[in-house]
Amino acid sequence: MTGPKLIDPYGTPAGADPRGALQSITLDLDRTEGESVNQMKSTHLEPFPDPVLEVPDDLKRSVIVSSVDYLLNWARKSSVFPLQSGLACCSFEMISAAMARFDLARFGMEALRASPRQADLLIVAGTLTWKMAVPLRRLYDQMAEPRWVISMGVCATSGGPYYQSYSVVPGVNHIMPVDVYVPGCPPRPDALLYGIMQLHDKIRRYSLNGQAAGHE
Amino acid sequence: MTTVWSGNALAEAIEAFAPGSVESSAGTDVWLKPESISTVCEGLKTRSEFKFDLLSSLTAVDYIDHFEVVYHLTSLPMNASAVLKSRVGHGRTEASIASVVPIWRGADYQEREVWDLMGIRFDGHPNHKRIMLWEGYPGHPLRKDYVTYDQSIASTAPGAAGSQEGAE
Amino acid sequence: MAIRTQPVTVNLGPQHPSTHGVFRMRVMFDGEEIVDVEPVFGYLHRGSEKLAEERTYTQIVTLTDRMDYVSSMLNNQAYILAVEKLAGIEPSPRGVWLRMIASELQRIASHLVATGFLLQDLGALGTPLIYAMRERENILDMFEMLCGARITNSYLRPGGVFMDAPSEFWPALDRGLNDIVNTIDELETYLSGNEIVFSRTKGTAVLPKELLINASITGPMLRASGVDWDLRHRAPYDYYDRISFERKLHTASDNYARYWVRVQEARESVKIIRQCIEQIEPGEVRPSFDDVPRLIRPPVGDAYAAIEGSKGELGFYLVSDGGIAPYRMHVRASSLINLTLLRDMLIGGQFGDLFVTFGSVDLNMGEVDR
Repeated sequence: MTGPKLIDPYGTPAGADPRGALQSITLDLDRTEGESVNQMKSTHLEPFPDPVLEVPDDLKRSVIVSSVDYLLNWARKSSVFPLQSGLACCSFEMISAAMARFDLARFGMEALRASPRQADLLIVAGTLTWKMAVPLRRLYDQMAEPRWVISMGVCATSGGPYYQSYSVVPGVNHIMPVDVYVPGCPPRPDALLYGIMQLHDKIRRYSLNGQAAGHE
Repeated sequence: MTTVWSGNALAEAIEAFAPGSVESSAGTDVWLKPESISTVCEGLKTRSEFKFDLLSSLTAVDYIDHFEVVYHLTSLPMNASAVLKSRVGHGRTEASIASVVPIWRGADYQEREVWDLMGIRFDGHPNHKRIMLWEGYPGHPLRKDYVTYDQSIASTAPGAAGSQEGAE
Repeated sequence: MAIRTQPVTVNLGPQHPSTHGVFRMRVMFDGEEIVDVEPVFGYLHRGSEKLAEERTYTQIVTLTDRMDYVSSMLNNQAYILAVEKLAGIEPSPRGVWLRMIASELQRIASHLVATGFLLQDLGALGTPLIYAMRERENILDMFEMLCGARITNSYLRPGGVFMDAPSEFWPALDRGLNDIVNTIDELETYLSGNEIVFSRTKGTAVLPKELLINASITGPMLRASGVDWDLRHRAPYDYYDRISFERKLHTASDNYARYWVRVQEARESVKIIRQCIEQIEPGEVRPSFDDVPRLIRPPVGDAYAAIEGSKGELGFYLVSDGGIAPYRMHVRASSLINLTLLRDMLIGGQFGDLFVTFGSVDLNMGEVDR
């Protein structure tokens, strides 16, 4: 068997293969990743502007922009697939929202996709730390447009009870533009459903010749 | 009910098998010299009058002129508990102490966390890396001379720098 | 002819459908066999210990129940016991009984989550998890009656609890306990009668008990290897010395044993709650503000208090310098220490056992990272 020469400092566990320990060779990898976190922390200090939809003046009273847009938006809002990306306590309220009592399946959203390539909606549920910001930004970049972001809970909105901590991002809108903010610590599953319905309302207003959702 | 070893009784018993390793004792705590941690802990784990086979907790406190490493020990067969402390890093110089991972494996992640957040080195630790924060993080946050939040993000913070939140 | 193989290192990143929270593992495989594992965490490190130095003792209760977020009442109880030991506060009896009831309900909820997620990771996508979570919703309803919040309920205060239980709580608790016993029976038929669960969890990731004690592992992992160590029995806190309950032990110390111990513990918790309901008496739920002021200033010193949390020994070490905020707070996180032997459990096993084993440790990343 070929491979790098590893050093096992703990001694081998009983009955296991004496090939060594991975942790002895990963210090360089840790340093590279640490540099990328420092890089992200130093460049993402200003929040992204919130994506606000401009509906033209003469159409202000009607949200049906054109029949193609109407059908496209109806199709998109009826089958939003969220990404399974719960970080902390709010993730348990997100799971409860997908369970039997606060049913998320009535919106067509019970398929929480594991891969970002198949997901439309990123629900950032929980406290975001700078170390996690790098993988989360990568997840957002891997999602295909149209994509939306809901920031669930006060930790994701502004840092929450951990606002002045040394390792917490003060709001996920420093990392990516956010469409809907759901306050609460944690927000009840009904509050998350209300936020999702607000997002559906926003999806109805998109137009093909306007700005695409999640486009930067 | 767990019997808690009193500081003086534990200090006497430690002096019996490892003379010269106790600095002082008071209440339920015993202060040891940092260089004698390995021998004392080995004795506390194996000798039949102690049998402290479970290390409950390993942590460190920053008293401004020195650091203190605190060990909470539990003995399952005798149902007893004890507290050991050790002062290191006088004058905030490089603080280091011997690692007890060869004695109790449970000290592994706890010592890495003390290195990460408090900056105390553990000689002989098999994987002496940062655990909670990333490699390249400037400083050790739990020290008393570390600023609470980054000055670079203070521009988005509502109050002045150093304002106490929740003083009521 | 021997085939030359090369081990491949794969990153099971912080976002994964089966990792319970943001946990990352670098795994080295040789085919299907796991050669080495390096866990990487810290993705949820929020600096609670540093923030606690700037909050008053009552405000820290809100920080503690966000650590292990599926067992908030237990975190609160551990912290409040440390504060009471440090400040020498005598708690009021009705408050103690109420917080014991809340803690045991929370233990049942936490074990329901662990069992539901095990069955989800084994491949039963969703249905047993929905049954377990449906029962947990009933428990969260009872918490909402007690204190208004479902998950992160800062219900405990130094000396007792925040407010008394309303009159509709007691009949709801009686009904709820019967429902919980029925749900536990239902979940146990999945575990104890199911061929798939048997063949995938029996005999995998066996740990000897000396290694467990040496690695400071406590809780259901230790009781699954036959060691009778439960802090409610050995070092009783609150009024656990007036309650009788059994510690369920299993000797196999494999994945199945760890789950079996959790399900049985949930049953024992129901018995404890019934005994608490018999022995509770009317009274004040927290001392008056003349005895225990709103802003506590404990005397200079330190204190360590530990409880039997749902994952093991959960302890708080508080150092006071006489002010309104602690000088240092350290959390002895049971999940972080239970993670010590992950490498020993996984090396030599198959890839399919990786998430089942990881789930049987029953981690909670809020507690690992704090």
